[in-house]
Amino acid sequence: MSHDHDHNHDHDHDRTFQPDHPEPTSEAARVGLALRELLLEAGHYTRAEEAAMISRMQGASPDNGARLVARAWTDPAFKARLLDNGSDAITELGFDLRPAEFTVMENDDQEHNVIVCTLCSCYPRALLGMSPSWYKSRSYRSRLVREPRTVLAEFGVELSDDVHVRVHDSTAELRYMVLPQQPAGTEDWSEDRLRALVTRDSLIGTQRTLTATDTDADGAPFP
Amino acid sequence: MSHAEPTSTQARFQAGQRVRIHDRHPGVHHRVPRYVKGHEGVVERVCGLHGQPERFVRGDGLPATRLYRVCIPQSQLWPDYQGQACDTLEVEVFEHWLEPA
Repeated sequence: MSHDHDHNHDHDHDRTFQPDHPEPTSEAARVGLALRELLLEAGHYTRAEEAAMISRMQGASPDNGARLVARAWTDPAFKARLLDNGSDAITELGFDLRPAEFTVMENDDQEHNVIVCTLCSCYPRALLGMSPSWYKSRSYRSRLVREPRTVLAEFGVELSDDVHVRVHDSTAELRYMVLPQQPAGTEDWSEDRLRALVTRDSLIGTQRTLTATDTDADGAPFP
Repeated sequence: MSHAEPTSTQARFQAGQRVRIHDRHPGVHHRVPRYVKGHEGVVERVCGLHGQPERFVRGDGLPATRLYRVCIPQSQLWPDYQGQACDTLEVEVFEHWLEPA
């Protein structure tokens, strides 16, 4: 970024968040920027560490969850470890959410799991990327714990009366992911092919049924 | 992380035990939603030791405190619940918010 212009201003370009980032205009944004500068000056973390963290967060996507699901479907021992201690199991694939406790809830014929955070919008973001906007909405957060079957029906999830609906309110230090059911007829599919079937919403529990539509036999990456 | 250093490894409650969530309203940030306060449930699992949200507001979150998952029948939370009797709500609650039921 060029610093050779000489107009008078009271900000310091070296301290702006990113070269193309607009100057903060709201009071809250200024406080946030000031806090970040103080943390850097006090040595709590370095600019390089910050950049690496931003890069890692931006690189997270539901495809990471799809990898875990496809591995669990094809490797029963991994699935057992994932359900028993998700935090440890995902380190096998190079992921790490600690000190948060990564917790996986498995759907089956008798049970449907769905995730919400009523207090804010907790989500395993460093693994799955940004949560969908509806996940953060007041409507989803307040209604899912109150009338889960109605909300799930609005998402197109059909549940018979004998299915146990488990709503998980992510209130503290756990971060959740649903392990959806493997579609029938895909038992001999490769991990890569299976991975392409897994959707973001199925990892949250607002989608129950995955479809064994083979769009790319080579295993297309997550869209 | 230093704030999560265990101060006690002994969990006061065990999986399967009935507990009641305190109905109190501290004037600081805490992580117990109002709709579960005062309700009884069953410990679904014992989780790890973590910093207390109330103490992070003014300090370091110490002492590290045991976290639990508590399972509550939906029909108990909401008297007019329209779903099925088997449906449950599961929530994370720190040990100092629980008492035997």
